[in-house]
Amino acid sequence: MTQTHDTNNSQRTAVGDEPVDASRRKFMGVAAATIGGLTIAPGVILYATAGARPVDQPVSDTVRWGILIDTNQCSEGCDDCVTACNEENGLIGHDRPRTDAQWIRKLTAKDKSTGHVISLPMMCQHCEHPPCVDVCPTGASFRRADGIVLVDKHTCIGCRYCMMACPYKARSFVHETLTDQKAHAPRGKGTVESCTMCVHKVDNGDGTTACVDACSQEGHNAMMFGDLNDPDSAISKRLAQFGGKQIRADLGLNTGVRYQGI
Amino acid sequence: MKPTRFSPLEANSTSYYGLLGLFALFVLIALAAAHHMESEGHYVTGMTNQIVWGTPHIFAVFLIVAASGALNVASIGTVFGVQDYKPLSRLSALLAIALLVGGLSILVLDLGRPDRLIVAMTYYNFKSIFAWNIFLYTGFLVIVAVYLWTMMEGRFNRYSKYTGYTAFIWRLILTTGTGSIFGFLVARQAYDAAIMAPIVVMSFSFGLAVFILVLMAAYKWSNRPLGDVILLRLKNLLGVFIGAVMYFVLAYHLTNLYVTENHGVEEFILLGGNVYTMVFWFGQILLGSLAPLALLYLPQTGKSRTAIVLASILVILGGFAQLYVIIIGGQAYPLNLFPGMEESSSFFDGVVASYTPSIYEFLLGLGGIAIAMVILTFGLAILSFLPESLSDSIMRESPAKSAKAAG
Repeated sequence: MTQTHDTNNSQRTAVGDEPVDASRRKFMGVAAATIGGLTIAPGVILYATAGARPVDQPVSDTVRWGILIDTNQCSEGCDDCVTACNEENGLIGHDRPRTDAQWIRKLTAKDKSTGHVISLPMMCQHCEHPPCVDVCPTGASFRRADGIVLVDKHTCIGCRYCMMACPYKARSFVHETLTDQKAHAPRGKGTVESCTMCVHKVDNGDGTTACVDACSQEGHNAMMFGDLNDPDSAISKRLAQFGGKQIRADLGLNTGVRYQGI
Repeated sequence: MKPTRFSPLEANSTSYYGLLGLFALFVLIALAAAHHMESEGHYVTGMTNQIVWGTPHIFAVFLIVAASGALNVASIGTVFGVQDYKPLSRLSALLAIALLVGGLSILVLDLGRPDRLIVAMTYYNFKSIFAWNIFLYTGFLVIVAVYLWTMMEGRFNRYSKYTGYTAFIWRLILTTGTGSIFGFLVARQAYDAAIMAPIVVMSFSFGLAVFILVLMAAYKWSNRPLGDVILLRLKNLLGVFIGAVMYFVLAYHLTNLYVTENHGVEEFILLGGNVYTMVFWFGQILLGSLAPLALLYLPQTGKSRTAIVLASILVILGGFAQLYVIIIGGQAYPLNLFPGMEESSSFFDGVVASYTPSIYEFLLGLGGIAIAMVILTFGLAILSFLPESLSDSIMRESPAKSAKAAG
């Protein structure tokens, strides 16, 4: 739960709201930085290399996290990314496919005229202009300055309007009581959730997500995570060279997840 | 000229308390159903990650739209100055409040976290039409309550014109807000159209049908005279409203049919041979629109009270049918992620979503109606909402001209 709270505060600071506990946060930030500096000095170097931010810094829009998916490398029937996501975030099915949560799913699309089939992972597209954030009455759905779209589990009232609004069917409602949730992936009955782009890993400076990591580990290399704002990042270079399309680009949402081969 | 005399319903009878008790029982059952859905989680309902809004939302939207429609009678009297309607203004406003509270109760009790109602009241995202609606709904309750007060308190009668205008404009904005909940959804082909707002605004017929039934029941119950003059006026108004709703439904479908990308969803609703096709043609159009029009205007039935009652019931059922097609049918049709391609996944992409409502959802919906009826039944008995007589002789005297108390 702490993780969610931190990310929320970071968001609100980033968009300009004055945090009520600014002095306390500042103290904690200084304390954390001091302790961090004293105990894990190499971590500072890790932050620098992986593009993560120190915990006392608000999320910044100098980075925009994104994922590039090459559907030509993504084979039908492989769901390593889905398994990894479920494992990482503690998603357990209840043998109720219509109500079980799915943060990422494998989708197959067949061209009606040519018969050409593509297979790809579909999840929250982390839009720059997310319809879910627009419609959320309490502001529980929000977009961090670094482009990650999240749900604040403390202020979600479970109205499901965001699920009606999402063009990608990326969100799930928690239909039952949950136990043994992962500390880094807070979930709760009666609230809406979706892919967090493994925000806990991103903030930790891991430089990857569970799905991208699994895809690489298995040698498929169909997914790539990185900073879309940095022209020198691997993802930006690949996008510059080979291009990448948005799903439902006609909606003008400027998604953070891009696809090749669609 | 005699002023209109108002008085409360006789509330001493066993049958009155029996009726109130029956409504209260439905409320209790609904609370138990909501508690069950809440404690078990929504998997016990028919709602899923595909059909995220279900039967409770049909009931809730119906009651909210009907609340606005029920206020029509008061508006026609106060805003448009039609004298015959003025004696009915108080009942019209009370019914509007009752229906809105019933509808909102359903919405709140269906939330994933109804315990967080205070969050909805304290955290606002003003780009969300939902957030605006919270103000529109609570504002409506306050404004109509003040409107009622200015009508019922002699010293403030002179202000009832202003409060009545405010209530009239507010309810138009309110229904625009409710319609926009669907109009603002870019993701779904059945919605995402500006016409969703006027369709809901113009659904006056639902509320008027409820008003006619309540009026007839209250006068029969209290043995007060209810003449043909006022009833036939209301009947004609209901016919006009049914026609208006049909016009907007026609415009909506014709627009969609012209646009090629919407052919799929139109074919699904209009020709799909599925439950939505049946409910649209037989429920909404035939039974909910054409049949009541025939009952109201055919010379054989046009002046019959039984026909008016039957037509009103059919309009209400047609309203539920219309909302079922919009709310459930609109979600059942799959999202179009890859135009021109067939999609499939473990998350029901590319397939028509199925929906089987659970008993709990129905009980919650009925409970919302029961809440409205409790407020109405209680209100009629404690304050003077009903004119003592609406007989033809009284109405022909143009009673309201001298009855400033009526607003």
